Amino acid sequence: MNFDLNKKTLREVNQHLQNVDRKKNTRKFEILNPQGQHAICAGLKDDIDVTVKGHTGYYCAGMNQKATVTVHGNVGTGVAENMMSGKIVVKGNASQSAGATGHGGALIIEGDASSRCGISMKGIDIVVKGSVGHMSAFMAQKGNLVVMGDADADLGDSIYEAKIFVKGKVKSLGADCVEKKMDKKNIGELTKLFKKLNISEDPKKFKRYGSARNLYNFKIDNVGAY
Amino acid sequence: MKKDLKEFKTFPSSTIKEIQRAANEGIYQIRGLGAKRKVPDFDDLVFLGASMSRYPLEGYRETCNTSVILGDRFAKKPIKLDIPITIAGMSFGALGANAKEALGRGASAMGTSTTTGDGGMTQEERGSSKYLVYQLLPSRYGMNPDDLRKADAIEVVVGQGAKPGGGGMLLGQKINKRVAGMRTLPEGIDQRSACRHPDWTGPDDLEIKIQELREITNWEKPIYIKVGAARPFYDTTLAVKAGADVVVLDGMQGGTAATQDVFIEHVGIPTLGALREAVDALKELNMHRKVQLVVSGGIRTGADVAKAMAMGADAVSIGSAAMMALNCNADLYVEDYKKLGTEPGYCHHCHTGRCPVGVATQDPKLEKRLNPIEAGKRIKNYLTTLTLELQTLARANGKSDVRNLEPEDLAALTVEAAAMARVPLAGTDWIPGKK
Repeated sequence: MNFDLNKKTLREVNQHLQNVDRKKNTRKFEILNPQGQHAICAGLKDDIDVTVKGHTGYYCAGMNQKATVTVHGNVGTGVAENMMSGKIVVKGNASQSAGATGHGGALIIEGDASSRCGISMKGIDIVVKGSVGHMSAFMAQKGNLVVMGDADADLGDSIYEAKIFVKGKVKSLGADCVEKKMDKKNIGELTKLFKKLNISEDPKKFKRYGSARNLYNFKIDNVGAY
Repeated sequence: MKKDLKEFKTFPSSTIKEIQRAANEGIYQIRGLGAKRKVPDFDDLVFLGASMSRYPLEGYRETCNTSVILGDRFAKKPIKLDIPITIAGMSFGALGANAKEALGRGASAMGTSTTTGDGGMTQEERGSSKYLVYQLLPSRYGMNPDDLRKADAIEVVVGQGAKPGGGGMLLGQKINKRVAGMRTLPEGIDQRSACRHPDWTGPDDLEIKIQELREITNWEKPIYIKVGAARPFYDTTLAVKAGADVVVLDGMQGGTAATQDVFIEHVGIPTLGALREAVDALKELNMHRKVQLVVSGGIRTGADVAKAMAMGADAVSIGSAAMMALNCNADLYVEDYKKLGTEPGYCHHCHTGRCPVGVATQDPKLEKRLNPIEAGKRIKNYLTTLTLELQTLARANGKSDVRNLEPEDLAALTVEAAAMARVPLAGTDWIPGKK
């Protein structure tokens, strides 16, 4: 089933996708002419498959639950923000705050992601096949951020329990973020993640970063870290 | 103090103690609740009442409407409250589950709303609240679309009166298993929330964020924007521009669960001045009464409510006062106050998690000191009292609807209050700064 955003309003399209008639058993949808509109596919809550043919604006697939959304183009700020479950694939590049605060599901960006990718992530798995901008995984709480390219400055600043895996270079690490040993358990976890997401990569080529946990409780001796 | 001893005005004994504490500990003070310093407030205003040119309404028999509709600018389902007094956002985490439930019970009994906080929505709170406003904060702790859809309104929190420009803070002693689980954080850490939202910066972005929230909730829910009283004229203008249905303005007397004392006492402006500026902004945009204005920060009595409404607010919100109705700072369990180094009437130790009366704690033993059913009745009684006082003052000024109260009903007792509230100094027609 196709929706042309030149002919239908965003509200009409989102309303349809948010309230899929299960009896009709239509599970595949295509959105044409997105023209950078904001909040396309926001608030989906069913196990459906949506392909967006073109670029999207802010908050594409925001707060997604269960749905799979594939964008054949670039996405604006906050793609898959606060996603709970499902899968979002971006064939192009992503702007700032990709996957921000996401609780679950998987976000795969085939190009680059701008700054603050995975900010405050809470359990989502984010895989960026290109590079990520500065302050990525800032205050990241849980989940995995996997970067196949490079990471810009202050990666993982003030990170909690999220894990970061980077194959390329890291310009610098943020406060309380340190390189950690990539042991068998971590290699196994990454292998499992790649398998689940159908990604051909060698986990052994990645370095792991996470929290030193020195700033979890405020101590005056650490004041210079900020 | 002995009569022959002269205290330093620049260095009173409290200042000397604080200097010596800082010298010993090397760290700022963190505490809860709001500003303790004296600032111009609603006590500096009086109502004129009826006279030869104004007819009063009969105090006990003539009706005086208190209901208010919030959020009818864009939302399909605005909220109709029976009274214009709401419960402000306070997190589960900062407060215990019993306290949150009690607030919901009391507010629901009075047909008004309560509000979540930095930590998500609890079942107890949703279950006990007829109208529940769900906050979207920078941390997004516990944020999920199911709860968003369960809410009756959504409040995008940009700032808080106690600390405009600062994020939430909850020290490790209050991060127990349940609180940690709801926030996806390790137990026992000092949680310091972000002060900026993770996926938008500035009013242009916020407009798009609001569009997303409306898309997710079928354009049903009223969207509030809450700002701390920093630059209220511009903040209100930008909130309206961003598409708010309701602006919530929190003055510097507003409370917090925990933040630096220096922040509480020295950042933000008093509610009195902030309110006037926000109303000016709405009037300039021809949006007064179209985008509703909810004011909080130091509201204690029906007189405060009435004065805020006379100055142009559509409703008020209470936080610290509601906690006090729950027994915060009550003369109970005095030994436990002493253990904290304080006593009833002076306690601001919400940050410790050792609240003697079981309001601001996650300790199961302390929490048992607050029965949510009884405490809910106290909230109801308190809200009833505020409403009766509000109606009394409205009738005395000849108003059959509390929203008909107007600045012309007020006079100021101090030059500062006259300048801030822009009402005449009592006994004169002088409004400082007005040409």
